[in-house]
Amino acid sequence: MVKGNWALFEEDFWSINSILQTLLRSSSARSVMLIDKTGQMINSIGEPPGFDVTSFSSLAAADFAANAQLAEMVGEKDFATLVHQGLNESLYLSMIANRVILVVLFDKKTSLGLVRLKARRANDDLMGVLERLFEKLQYKNEEMTSTTLGADFAAEAESEIDSLFKD
Amino acid sequence: MSLINYSSREINCKIVYYGPGLCGKTTNLQHIYSRVPQETRGKMISLATEMDRTLFFDFLPLELGQIRGFKTRFHLYTVPGQVYYNASRKLILKGVDGIVFVADSQIERFEANVESLMNMHDNLAEHGLSADKIPLVMQYNKRDLPRVVSVPELERELNPKGAPFYESVALRGTGVFDTLKLSCKLVLKTLG
Repeated sequence: MVKGNWALFEEDFWSINSILQTLLRSSSARSVMLIDKTGQMINSIGEPPGFDVTSFSSLAAADFAANAQLAEMVGEKDFATLVHQGLNESLYLSMIANRVILVVLFDKKTSLGLVRLKARRANDDLMGVLERLFEKLQYKNEEMTSTTLGADFAAEAESEIDSLFKD
Repeated sequence: MSLINYSSREINCKIVYYGPGLCGKTTNLQHIYSRVPQETRGKMISLATEMDRTLFFDFLPLELGQIRGFKTRFHLYTVPGQVYYNASRKLILKGVDGIVFVADSQIERFEANVESLMNMHDNLAEHGLSADKIPLVMQYNKRDLPRVVSVPELERELNPKGAPFYESVALRGTGVFDTLKLSCKLVLKTLG
């Protein structure tokens, strides 16, 4: 497992995208999102959500983190999936490769059973992509950020920060 | 644990404001929220009690704009300062890229600062992290109050490794942006 910074490359992004598209279609969900466990949105497909996705991601990650602690307290390793069922809208969340959270937002047009079934398949497929990605990152982690972002990155970032954050 | 997405060309970094209860962490975020342009900031979320004490965290996303083709975002979090919320504090530190330690300068809160700092080191260690490797900025807050510990003494007791520091009065915004700017810069330096 990669411990430091991690990165998502074009090819992996499109593999992930295609798995999410399949899940969206086959489960008749409204939208499907993939969120890093620290609360950062990786990808969202389906109906554009009518809410703030950045806040949503941070809350979903916190939800998972809090539930993992609850699991530990009752003697479970983790709660691998969470379901929040509302009157009209529901959420199905599952942790993949201990690194990313798959979120399915669905309504009455489908059922929890179908969403769960299709999400499990997507889980396995995503696990494969992510494991390959993490393996790749183990080798590349150090050189990657320095060579790809470039040495000027920090300098340019500094002037952007100075101009934006003024009292 | 910043996430660099080469496909959507985005970089996301996480900065956590740590410190004892009522030291001014939430006030820092509230000041930032009130002063940055609307297009730069996202929605601020506060999971707080009815008494406005932070229960789980405050969250404020900031968008820097494009830097060398990468849309760069900072996610600012605060931890709940009260001693008994340690489980929550530990969770917020997960994946942290930079830390701002907000110390309360008042004499009667000195011990609380020391405890909170030790608690931060313990919690980082539990995530396999160390404050030596994560950019840390110290902020000595409430400098306008009458009975405060002197800065040299705060430095000696709370900052033996000499992390950069700012004096602040977060309620008025003094020092808030200096602290934020430095923390953002130090975090981006670790990437570049």
